Amino acid sequence: MPVVELKSTRDAYVDALVTLGEEKKEVVVLDADLSVSTQTNKFANKYPERFFNVGCAEQNLIGTAAGLAITGKIPFSSTYAIFSNRAWEQIRNTVAHDNLNVKIAVSHAGLTNGPDGASHQSLEDIALMRVIPNMTVIVPADAIEAKKAVISEAYRAGPAYIRLNRVKTPIFFDEDYEFRNGKAVRLMDGQDLTIIATGTMVSKALDAAKRLREKDISACVLNVHTIKPIDKESIINSAKETGVIVTVEEHSVHGGLGGAVAEVLVENYPVQMKIIGVNDKFGESGEYDELIKKYGLTSRNIVKSTKELLKKKR
Amino acid sequence: MGSRRKMEETKKLEKKAETIRRHVLNMIYEAGSGHPGGSLSCVDILTALYFHTLQHNSKDPDWADRDRFILSKGHAAPTLYATLAEAGYFSVEELKLLRKMGSMLQGHPDNKIPGVEVSSGSLGQGLSAANGIALAGKLDKKNFRVYTLLGDGECDEGQIWEAAMLSSHYKLDNLTAIIDRNGLQIDGPTEKIMCLESIAEKWRAFGWHVIEVDGNKIEEIIKALDNAKNIKGQPTVIIAHTFKGKGVSFMEWINAFHGRALNKEEMKKALEELGGEG
Repeated sequence: MPVVELKSTRDAYVDALVTLGEEKKEVVVLDADLSVSTQTNKFANKYPERFFNVGCAEQNLIGTAAGLAITGKIPFSSTYAIFSNRAWEQIRNTVAHDNLNVKIAVSHAGLTNGPDGASHQSLEDIALMRVIPNMTVIVPADAIEAKKAVISEAYRAGPAYIRLNRVKTPIFFDEDYEFRNGKAVRLMDGQDLTIIATGTMVSKALDAAKRLREKDISACVLNVHTIKPIDKESIINSAKETGVIVTVEEHSVHGGLGGAVAEVLVENYPVQMKIIGVNDKFGESGEYDELIKKYGLTSRNIVKSTKELLKKKR
Repeated sequence: MGSRRKMEETKKLEKKAETIRRHVLNMIYEAGSGHPGGSLSCVDILTALYFHTLQHNSKDPDWADRDRFILSKGHAAPTLYATLAEAGYFSVEELKLLRKMGSMLQGHPDNKIPGVEVSSGSLGQGLSAANGIALAGKLDKKNFRVYTLLGDGECDEGQIWEAAMLSSHYKLDNLTAIIDRNGLQIDGPTEKIMCLESIAEKWRAFGWHVIEVDGNKIEEIIKALDNAKNIKGQPTVIIAHTFKGKGVSFMEWINAFHGRALNKEEMKKALEELGGEG
């Protein structure tokens, strides 16, 4: 078996920040007393004058970033995903309403903060962010995509929510991969169904597709790294080509990737669909892999759900 | 400045404040809704800022070295708009379109309006934005100053105190906050709803230099704003003691005027007191 390189998207984010620190002087970084966990301290060590720790005060984290953005800086604001949502109204009323160039780059999203339990996990954030006008929502699938997305965002004006994880996940993109905001990436071709995944679940989807292939089921795999603006064309084309869609996300089944895909399909090309995610539940303490298993986010469960759905295919 | 010239300037500013008060009443009357009480209480503060203190250019609102002002208590939007119009940012004619469908002048400050740095209206957020601007100014070694006007009721918001800690932690002496201490919030007197006293002690404890003034006396406001420029190593807050509804005797300290427009009869009386035809 080939050796798969593992790296967290959070670590890749910080690599990108350090690169940006050198090449883009307007980039500043803010953190809310979690710079060791988010690892923005690596940027702070290299560029101390461009790093602002605001203490554990997330509303002020967002507001201060807004002021910096108004004055021409490109602030990356980091904390855990769940705590950034504490400033949802500040994000809506100031950052998004004024279309400010604030990048909210959050780590420990989904269940990746396993042992800390429900209070530190984030399963609702994609829904909360994608409902806000002007907001771009990006969930990178591996470390390379994360680094490219962060650098790309530094060169695009406007607010963004970048959802990152601390768990080491497989790298499957090459260094020459080009990130294109709002453009989904087809990772595997197939005729029987399409698995649309985002973030950590993309590698699980690829694994599931391989398992399905052994059973003569040919699955197309689409990586939707930008949940908003969503790539309608790729989603509609996949629905037309395969007639069945399964979405997978490390997020609630309500309002996330599945919801976004369903909104596109129901108005354009309705097909059989299954949304895989956390089924309207809070998380709990446990090792990441244990939680993934309990909440049905394994490639095995993707395979099972897919087979059930295909039975219903007309 | 000689004392005679100073007196003349004060007189001129007082006249300007009166004009702005008339605009404010007319705007809210035309709109049929708005917040006259807290708009009138801060007229003298905005007049002092825009016609004395701020380095700004209404013909070039994005001038990089301008002083910045953020109206954190966004419900006083009529006062900000009337002041900006009087300062030449846009036509005074626009003012009667306040709150009307399709108008530039939204019910609360909107950043698309020339001269408005950041949208506000949801309370508690202006000081954080001011902090960010002040940090950027320090980083770029710019000399501009940052001003923000907070409501006293607004100081109930936790974010104000998060931001107050940051301003002093980062020694933002290029930042001056002004609190419109009119003593009333929507539901009643601040001391009854959620007591703020001793508000000066609170800000001192948060590391701020505190100046207290009569916030309806322009010469006192100007003096405090000038003094704040000389305070180094810490931010300054000016607690401006004001009257809600200032300028119209039957509105002063009457909370009913926090959030409703005057009726026709009240308008007539109010404009008579302000000595102009509107």
